[in-house]
Amino acid sequence: MKRHFRVWRGDSSGGDLEDFDVEVNDGEVVLDIIHRLQATEAPDLACRWNCKAGKCGSCSMEINGMPRLGCMTRMSTFTAAETITITPLRTFPVIRDLVTDVSFNYEKARETPAFAPPAGVAPGQYRMQQIDVERSQEFRKCIECYLCQNTCHVVRDHEENKEAFSGPRFFIRAAELDMHPLDDRTDRKQHAQQSQGLGFCNITKCCTEVCPEHIKITDNAIIPMKERVVDRRYDPLVRLGRKIFRRDQLESEGALPSQRTARVTAETPSGRRLPEAPAVGPDGRLDISELAAPSQGGLSPFGEDLTFPLPPEQVTYHHPEPDPTLPQSEPPATGGSNS
Amino acid sequence: MTTTTERQLYDVVVIGAGGAGLRAAIEARLAGKRTAIISKSLFGKAHTVMAEGGAAAAMGNVNSRDNWMVHFRDTMRGGKFLNNFRMAELHAKEAPERIWELETYGALFDRTKDGKISQRNFGGHEYPRLAHVGDRTGLELIRTLQQKIVSLQQEDFAETGSYDSRIRVFQETTITELLLDGDRIAGAFGYYRDSGDFVVFEAPAVVLATGGVGRSYKVTSNSWEYTGDGHALALRSGATLINMEFLQFHPTGMVWPPSVKGILVTESVRGDGGVLRNSEGKRFMFDYVPDVFRKQYAETEEEADRWYTDPDNNRRPPELLPRDEVARAINSEVKAGRGSPAGGVFLDVSTRLPAEQIIKRLPSMHHQFKELADVDITKEPMEVGPTCHYVMGGVEVDPDSGAAFGSVQGLFAAGEVSGGMHGSNRLGGNSLSDLLVFGKRAGEHAAAYVETLAKRPTPSRVDLAAATEVALAPLVRGEGENPYRLQQDLQAVMGDLVGIIRREGELSDALKRLHELRVRVANVAVGGDRRYNPGWHLALDLRNMLIVSECTAKAALEREESRGGHTREDFPKMSAEWRRINLVCSLDEAGEVHLERKPVPTLRPELLDLFERSELAKYMTDEELGAE
Repeated sequence: MKRHFRVWRGDSSGGDLEDFDVEVNDGEVVLDIIHRLQATEAPDLACRWNCKAGKCGSCSMEINGMPRLGCMTRMSTFTAAETITITPLRTFPVIRDLVTDVSFNYEKARETPAFAPPAGVAPGQYRMQQIDVERSQEFRKCIECYLCQNTCHVVRDHEENKEAFSGPRFFIRAAELDMHPLDDRTDRKQHAQQSQGLGFCNITKCCTEVCPEHIKITDNAIIPMKERVVDRRYDPLVRLGRKIFRRDQLESEGALPSQRTARVTAETPSGRRLPEAPAVGPDGRLDISELAAPSQGGLSPFGEDLTFPLPPEQVTYHHPEPDPTLPQSEPPATGGSNS
Repeated sequence: MTTTTERQLYDVVVIGAGGAGLRAAIEARLAGKRTAIISKSLFGKAHTVMAEGGAAAAMGNVNSRDNWMVHFRDTMRGGKFLNNFRMAELHAKEAPERIWELETYGALFDRTKDGKISQRNFGGHEYPRLAHVGDRTGLELIRTLQQKIVSLQQEDFAETGSYDSRIRVFQETTITELLLDGDRIAGAFGYYRDSGDFVVFEAPAVVLATGGVGRSYKVTSNSWEYTGDGHALALRSGATLINMEFLQFHPTGMVWPPSVKGILVTESVRGDGGVLRNSEGKRFMFDYVPDVFRKQYAETEEEADRWYTDPDNNRRPPELLPRDEVARAINSEVKAGRGSPAGGVFLDVSTRLPAEQIIKRLPSMHHQFKELADVDITKEPMEVGPTCHYVMGGVEVDPDSGAAFGSVQGLFAAGEVSGGMHGSNRLGGNSLSDLLVFGKRAGEHAAAYVETLAKRPTPSRVDLAAATEVALAPLVRGEGENPYRLQQDLQAVMGDLVGIIRREGELSDALKRLHELRVRVANVAVGGDRRYNPGWHLALDLRNMLIVSECTAKAALEREESRGGHTREDFPKMSAEWRRINLVCSLDEAGEVHLERKPVPTLRPELLDLFERSELAKYMTDEELGAE
């Protein structure tokens, strides 16, 4: 049966959608159709592909506006009369037809500090428990199709953000190394916040939605990285402390936040999540992300699936004791921005 | 359109960015050589990502009785004793180190209870031996090596201010010709895919790591890149290929839906309990256990089923026979009319394990079938059949250094493109460890070779001009044959006539047709310009596919026996006389394939002593055994 396709053809100077009527057989995917076009009407139609099995992440394209892998998009998911429009990834500059210049991603990869092997552990002596490697293994499933990078609205139509923003692919790389049981660096979160532009992300979860490997990019990588970075950098108490103490006092007494964090860490049962402060921005206010949220108001820092109050035996955090060095005043507004 | 050619100067040029290429490049860079990596695809997209099962290394983490000698024995048995014994020995000895090294690069393998690297069972391996990450081990390997290269680039950046100062990746770049200075390698000529501009890499040493030849076949698990480029480049520069008749047809490739025909279903489906049945529902593998394996394999379904939980007291199920035996059995069942609707057989794991176990053990398999075919492997059986998967033959190399034999100097090869290591058949899991062990060796020796040179060889201008002309010909020609059509015709010849089961008449016919195709390929023409033009790329690849296919057909016709990945219907027995012979292809002045017989190197006595005499008697002549 013949089906109608529109395929974008052109190069950096411009281009247009071209119409094709192509024979489609049972059980075929969009990439099969592109191959048929190459073998018949359009031998020079440019398109990347390799494994044709959803394992290499080469054939990324936009199909009816959705970022997809051509090899994983079954023709049976469209209705018979539907026109199928195939365009190149929009976030990256076009080279030709469906092929885009994805060097942005390779540059960001280079800027992400590599795994730091633990000092004094010989090859063959690495010991890790399965449960501890599994969190990082989830992120290592990434096939680098860059669909998450393409769909991320921080850079999708904002060329100007590209320099300061590494994108979801490299947030999961940072998270992977942060959670690696033997990685020697302890500054993965700070790096994500300070150098990768993690703060640009306002958790719309578009990246998670398009991931062909179903990696929970937002929930399992970005949010944990954000929240704990928030602990350190934007903790309202620290802000207050910064206002009260002079810089030299802060430095001589050691940074307040690390003392707090260290204390909490020591008392926290291993494997449990640390207490998490709300995801506030540099101005101390919550991002307005409720447009994308299932319910009105600021998102719960504990996730949307918890009912309060929690039974006390399920509480995984310790209430911080009141700090006598701080004046007993109202904490700065954190949750009030939406009211 | 420009005809200027960019010049790049390097010490070592590695062609191919799969596991072997990346590992070689790391080693060359660590040896202080300026290294270029040339990749036909994007960096990190290599075909290595398709390897699912794992990397075989006798670390003994799961069964402490495992050691390099057992691994060596298994490899030789799998290759039916045609292996280059020295390669098999080095491989078995060095594989564990190469795997452990990956952990220092950041790899995260699945773990045992005591925190070591977990190892799984696989066809042909006596003990659980495959280091793995679920069923995406190849991806883990590529990503790890890719990230190690990035980390080296970061070190260079810190020191020199440039990421590319000592190791640079040229992605989407294809090499079409090697350049010589007399008999010495002087560089490589190619084009950037995106612009179509030509580039010449001047370098005294080249490492070939281009993988295999599967795209010459109709049904294959290989990606478009597997066009035998390295094999052809080696031949044209004066190197030799050995045993090109041995191609591995993976017994279980997807047969349905048609769009993914050829994509393979990992052997661990069978290792974890999957069984093969024909259309009558019979578990037919019990009928196909060859005599040499009779002692190690179960004779009843009951015993076979007990093995999964108690491997020490039961013999293994016949589904875990070496893959050529399984492929042949499936082929026989289908030919006897007991195949599945789509021309394969049924591989069933759904009735053998609970759904959550299947998803846990085979996550990407489950995912792949669900997404690609809408088949739920926890609920229904898969339809599988043989698919062209791996070429055992390849560039004839010195086992220790990976240096190519023949007249050329400065050429090295590692991974699938090299030959000898796997003999007539490769065990699952041995390719990932192969490319690490010999990738490292090739990189190391390429760097050492550069040290020995008093001056850099220089490529001749004439060769450069000729290479440019050949590369431009399909575009200049205007009218001529369609490259896609030619590829289909080539695939049909190889698939139908030089496939899994071979006969003399068909092979002679194939050679005749390949000659006809050669004339047509010389007349291939493409439209469009040089910028990212897949038609042009294919037109240039065809030349390589054709010459390598000819080597395969010629060697297949010559070898009058059945062994490993070469099955002759007219010579169904394995012959001890033929075991002593390697078939070696070279190109003569006129560009014709020349085939000669060379003796297989004799095993050193201490390695021979690892086997029982009764076992050797199945493979070797009385003369060889008497000589002991």
